[in-house]
Amino acid sequence: MKTIRTTAAAAVMALSATGAFAETKPADVIATYADIALAGYEDSLTTAQALDTAIDKLIAAPSQATLEAAREAWFAARVPYQQTEVYRFGNAIVDDWEGRVNAWPLDEGLIDYVDATSYGSESDENELYAANIIANTSLTINGETVDVAEITPDLLQNTLQEAGDVEANVATGYHAIEFLLWGQDLNGTDAGAGARPATDFDPANCTGGNCERRVQFLSSASKLLVADLEEMVANWVKGGAAREALAANGEAGALRTILTGMGSLSYGELAGERMKLGLLLHDPEEEHDCFSDNTHNSHYYDALGIRNIYHARYERVDGSVVEGPSIAALVSEADASVAEELSGKLEATHAAFTALKTRGDESEAYDQMIGEGNDAGNAVVQAAIDALVDQTRSIERAVVALDLEALEVEGSDSLDNPGAVFE
Amino acid sequence: MSRFRSSSASRRVSLITASAATLTVVMSAAIAIYWQPARADGILPWRTDLSEKDRARVASVTATSADFSKPEAFESMQGGAATSRKLVNRDAFSQFSANLTFKQERDFKLGNALFRKLWVSSPSSTRASDGLGPLYNARACQNCHLKDGRGRPPEPGEIASSMFLRLSVPARTEAEREALASKTMMRIPEPVYGGQLQEFAIGDVPVEGHLRIEYSPVKVELNGGETVTLRKPTYTVSDLGYGPMDREAMISPRVTPQMIGLGLLEAIHPGDLIANADPEDKDGDGISGKVSWTRNPETGEPMIGRFGWKATMPTVHAQSADAFLGDIGISTPDHPHAWGDCTEAQSGCREMPHGVQADLGDTEAPDPVMELVAFYSRNLAVPKRRDVDDKEVLAGKELFNEAGCVACHRPKYVTSRKAAQKQFRFQLIWPYTDMLLHDMGEGLADGRPVGDATGNEWRTAPLWGTGLTKTVNGHTMMLHDGRARNALEAILWHGGEAQAARDAVVAMEPEERAALLRFLESL
Repeated sequence: MKTIRTTAAAAVMALSATGAFAETKPADVIATYADIALAGYEDSLTTAQALDTAIDKLIAAPSQATLEAAREAWFAARVPYQQTEVYRFGNAIVDDWEGRVNAWPLDEGLIDYVDATSYGSESDENELYAANIIANTSLTINGETVDVAEITPDLLQNTLQEAGDVEANVATGYHAIEFLLWGQDLNGTDAGAGARPATDFDPANCTGGNCERRVQFLSSASKLLVADLEEMVANWVKGGAAREALAANGEAGALRTILTGMGSLSYGELAGERMKLGLLLHDPEEEHDCFSDNTHNSHYYDALGIRNIYHARYERVDGSVVEGPSIAALVSEADASVAEELSGKLEATHAAFTALKTRGDESEAYDQMIGEGNDAGNAVVQAAIDALVDQTRSIERAVVALDLEALEVEGSDSLDNPGAVFE
Repeated sequence: MSRFRSSSASRRVSLITASAATLTVVMSAAIAIYWQPARADGILPWRTDLSEKDRARVASVTATSADFSKPEAFESMQGGAATSRKLVNRDAFSQFSANLTFKQERDFKLGNALFRKLWVSSPSSTRASDGLGPLYNARACQNCHLKDGRGRPPEPGEIASSMFLRLSVPARTEAEREALASKTMMRIPEPVYGGQLQEFAIGDVPVEGHLRIEYSPVKVELNGGETVTLRKPTYTVSDLGYGPMDREAMISPRVTPQMIGLGLLEAIHPGDLIANADPEDKDGDGISGKVSWTRNPETGEPMIGRFGWKATMPTVHAQSADAFLGDIGISTPDHPHAWGDCTEAQSGCREMPHGVQADLGDTEAPDPVMELVAFYSRNLAVPKRRDVDDKEVLAGKELFNEAGCVACHRPKYVTSRKAAQKQFRFQLIWPYTDMLLHDMGEGLADGRPVGDATGNEWRTAPLWGTGLTKTVNGHTMMLHDGRARNALEAILWHGGEAQAARDAVVAMEPEERAALLRFLESL
């Protein structure tokens, strides 16, 4: 333990020594990283509040226009939120919370009616797979009867979310709201998103049945999202728990958090689970924002978030900019060639994701791009994956350039860590 | 590197039939297989993966500590450098080894997605996802391995989701006896129903039946006046879909075990396990741990069985492939039969459409599906311990030692430097298991021998992570069939070789027992 701390301290000292000649101080880099987090979660909160207002209007006067307005508000809310996802990786407090707001994939049959042909009614030990809470006032979870007569934020969060320990039982967050606003995408890998009619929310002219309960569900999920984002904003204000936890890692630990967060989102999460798997399986269900056909944007802003924190520059939803001393500058002072290489690769990724976003906006949805036999669409997705993998290699070099790799065994029992066990 | 030896052995196996009548069979095995690691000189001579200096270090650090006034060095990092230090929540068993590379994180996440993936019946528009069944227990790995944690028996009226019945019959022909003795087979499947009872089936295929459980109360008086009422289960199968089972059919229930730390358990040096075994109880301590020998399914070489409640599976990969086939009905390169556990006697079952797509591969889950899922399964991290320096926890740890629990729940190991995955090499780990088979007495016996395990024998279950079952799975049930509703009940079910340790716990003062349980909760 002692030895590891010394190594970490040496890394910081080496940085400080460099700092004597350079302008960038690690403490300022870390503070900017936290400031951008705060701005990102504040923007996520205000856009979620706007979504909540739009949902209130939809509920008050259900029409195609108010439904479209709510959908637009949902799209807008995804823009800042996806740019914050990079903070989930390395910040335990964000990771602990994330499942409440962005859990995916979800078995939508838990929530509402589904098309039996495409969804399947295959009997399953996930007894909630087609539970349809909106149509039922009680259900059985783990052999116990649960009263769901009233749909409240508390019910969604504490009873239905991951009910029966099945992770696909998602009742809260962006994707639950997305399903309620759009409904199932029944187009397979053909064009088109979910097409839920506004009358699904109109008790006076109700389609789909149980419109009052659907309204309760949507409203509860929306209120919960706002509350959850308020909590995360509070974690990132000065003195907030997330900033404190970051500081507790020490400067070297915090810098490593920034870089490992970039690498983990790039490679494992985005390139791997969210993109490569869909391409392997050619399955339209392997689409992050599958009901709204917004996956191309979801991925684009994820990747943009990685670029933001490297350069310590975030453009807020109102167009203002939060910026400050960057880890890019620190890397550059340590090894200019590595900094340049990583910067270049982040630009290449940005170009690849811009191409993917443009294709999504202009010609075909993401689930079509990953369809079997769509060579051109597959290639656009693959190019974005390749760029992410490539940039991760440079992130690894940046970790070495800042002499942070020793932290890999921090706190470990590794007997290879000289003296750690037998001193 | 390794030497193979054969020896003749005859073994007395006690069998308890479903009707609870006891009979004793003498099973003469022509050949018993085992293997001894190469040896060097001096201390821990089998640890040829280590230098002489490291062998001395390892011997010192793995020796039982006699100081319970403070935690041992690194005790809280019970999974070594792979230990997860994320915040404790219901995902506590679902985090990856903390020391993975970015690329390995990717493989873990792909494996996780496949682990959660719902398989569908064939034919289907999502061609890469079909092939379910025809008979199955679950449509996705995650649907039984709930939150990668421990399963439990179903509540009344509930269909079992994280528990099923294993089925077999005694060897009745010379060929069958030979197959068991040579470990070509670990058990003889029930002729009609196969190796396990599937409670679901696709299309018009009849389901095999349903597991029924009845509990009867068993009172245990503890020192200090407390009475614990255990529930003793009886298992039957209702709604048999293919006629009566074999007259000699043996059934044994299994809940899903927690999945954390499996790669580290695989990385324990085989010599460390063999060294702890004492099948004839030569040291006279009443504990006679036995290695479960099986074969590497790929090479046929003898290997130690480490996984499963009776330690029949040598590797995580083999265990995963077996589960794909038996539990979901998905064929893999390891088990290429698309019909899963359908037997020839189940007419029509083997003729159902399968999910093999020639352009994607020869099986329903072609490479790299199987290895990604195995990688995921090996890398579910053990969470960091809590409260290691708490006085009551330390007192409980001392009582755990004094009561003799550590004789089987062996606290710590240093893993092999030759472990296949770099992250698992030379790690000080604290799984609290010897990975060996022990006679646990009549109370826990299933009367169903598998491989080297008699009907009374079970593998010592690892205890790391035990205290988080409530957080992860919302219950505290333990043992192979979840009959114990908490750790104390699990202890009270211990018999056979563990009788003395169990009796010591019964005799403890109430506050001592509380401390012991507090220690278990901190794991």
